[in-house]
Amino acid sequence: MPAVISINEVSKSYATGFEALKRVDLAIEKGEIFALLGPNGAGKTTLINIVCGIVTASSGTVTAGGHDIVREYRAARSLIGLVPQELSTDAFETVWATVSFSRGLFGRPPDAKFIEGLLQDLSLLDKRDSKIMTLSGGMKRRVMIAKALSHEPQILFLDEPTAGVDVELRRDMWKLVRGLREKGVTIILTTHYIEEAEEMADRIGVINKGTLMLVEDKKELMKKLGKRQVTLHLQTPLQQIPQQLQSWALELKSEGMDLVYTVDGTDSVDISMLLKRLSELSIIIKDLQTQQSSLEDIFVNLVSERT
Amino acid sequence: MTQPAIRIGFNRHGVWAIYRFEMARALRTLVQSLITPVITTSLYFVVFGAAIGSRLSTASGVSYGAFIVPGLIMLALFTESLSNASFGIYFPKWTGTIYELLSAPVSYIEIVIAYVGAAASKSVALGLIILATASLFVPIRILHPVWMVAFLLMTAANFSLFGFIIGIWAKSFEHLSFIPMLVITPLTFLGGAFYSIDMLPPAWRTFSLFNPIVYLISGFRWSFYGASDVRVGTSLLMTLGFFAVCLALVAWIFKTGYRLKN
Repeated sequence: MPAVISINEVSKSYATGFEALKRVDLAIEKGEIFALLGPNGAGKTTLINIVCGIVTASSGTVTAGGHDIVREYRAARSLIGLVPQELSTDAFETVWATVSFSRGLFGRPPDAKFIEGLLQDLSLLDKRDSKIMTLSGGMKRRVMIAKALSHEPQILFLDEPTAGVDVELRRDMWKLVRGLREKGVTIILTTHYIEEAEEMADRIGVINKGTLMLVEDKKELMKKLGKRQVTLHLQTPLQQIPQQLQSWALELKSEGMDLVYTVDGTDSVDISMLLKRLSELSIIIKDLQTQQSSLEDIFVNLVSERT
Repeated sequence: MTQPAIRIGFNRHGVWAIYRFEMARALRTLVQSLITPVITTSLYFVVFGAAIGSRLSTASGVSYGAFIVPGLIMLALFTESLSNASFGIYFPKWTGTIYELLSAPVSYIEIVIAYVGAAASKSVALGLIILATASLFVPIRILHPVWMVAFLLMTAANFSLFGFIIGIWAKSFEHLSFIPMLVITPLTFLGGAFYSIDMLPPAWRTFSLFNPIVYLISGFRWSFYGASDVRVGTSLLMTLGFFAVCLALVAWIFKTGYRLKN
């Protein structure tokens, strides 16, 4: 897969001495959905703003679609659409005017039919002649997405797309993002909602305190770091784990009522063997529950381990 | 639905989008943009032209009412260019919508052409409206119409560019009116908008020659009535010099990202 965005040793430090990014290397593949995950202040927005031209990197290079973002900024930027985190919109303009403005600003000739279709996709068509200040927060967020897509970009940055957004809009947003990917748009989103990354992303990067800590295929990440647990609720409590069961990673919980079997992401599960052995030992199981650790657990572990 | 990268040399769609956006802003506030300056100018005529002017000796062979017309147009041009251009770039900074401009494939020169062009267009239109209004009060001759238009355009471009710089420098709405109120308005009033500096005592006259506004007003008045306080060539040089200084400042701003980028 060719890299559509290539970030090479990018650092950013401010006059105050604060290092927002520390030699970040990252390649985004064409057509993927990449989630940049990290706590507040980790450097997610700084990284996006550098790629988009809003912040100047202290060192390092970035290319978008093969174009250097500084030397060939015009070609690079024309490929990129950005939905920033803050809701910054004009107040007095109409939806139609502001979206058309964005298209022109990014160097594309007017195309009323395309804008109409875009507003339709974002459920904004009936608001086309409304002034932006009369819209709700969710609608304004849609307007900002429409602005970012107005010039038909190949790359879309969504900076915290669902922060403070209601469930309906969140689902719409996910639908939209998947639709865009089918059309070949590469999507990079930042989030601190793990659920979002888990739901949407193909690959996940974790950033903390300006350092990119890992980049991994989502499924691989889940497999590698995820733990599965099988909890067996017992009929009668056990005082201790029988000798015959030493080869399984078992724990007794709830005063001997629960037997918890933990499986690492890479291990294969031999639950049938365990059940067989238990029945041989006449341990009666009342109920069984399996649980897979979420990206959130993985993330919390990762961030707390390495800092 | 994706488009290839653009490789054009000049982003005309981008310039046009900004220009139209800025002009639309003026049309939304048409009353403030046009009626207010016309009323203000008419008041100047009533006070200076009719009430006081009739008692003053005529300067350079024209009635005092007619004499102040170029100065009044210049005064309006200065203030309107400054406020329009400074507000135009300050407002997106204030609302945060500047992110879009900074991430767009537009060059600094294109940004300046669009914002300064729009602000200058508005103040030129206003200058012409004031000229038309004035012609209702006093008879006006224009001896050198080409030079008149040239001075009008250059001054509008100059002060719009200066206003653009103020807009980028400003960190609050107070800053926006700070330089126009504290520097430009006094310099204009002392710069011969309402009198010829030949009427001043010699010491004050010499002092006035350090005021750049004197040269702008004098040159503009010359294009109307053929008489000037300073040589026209000097006026022209001063205008171009001021433009060069502003351009250099803008180039530096964009090169360093001063108050635009981190």
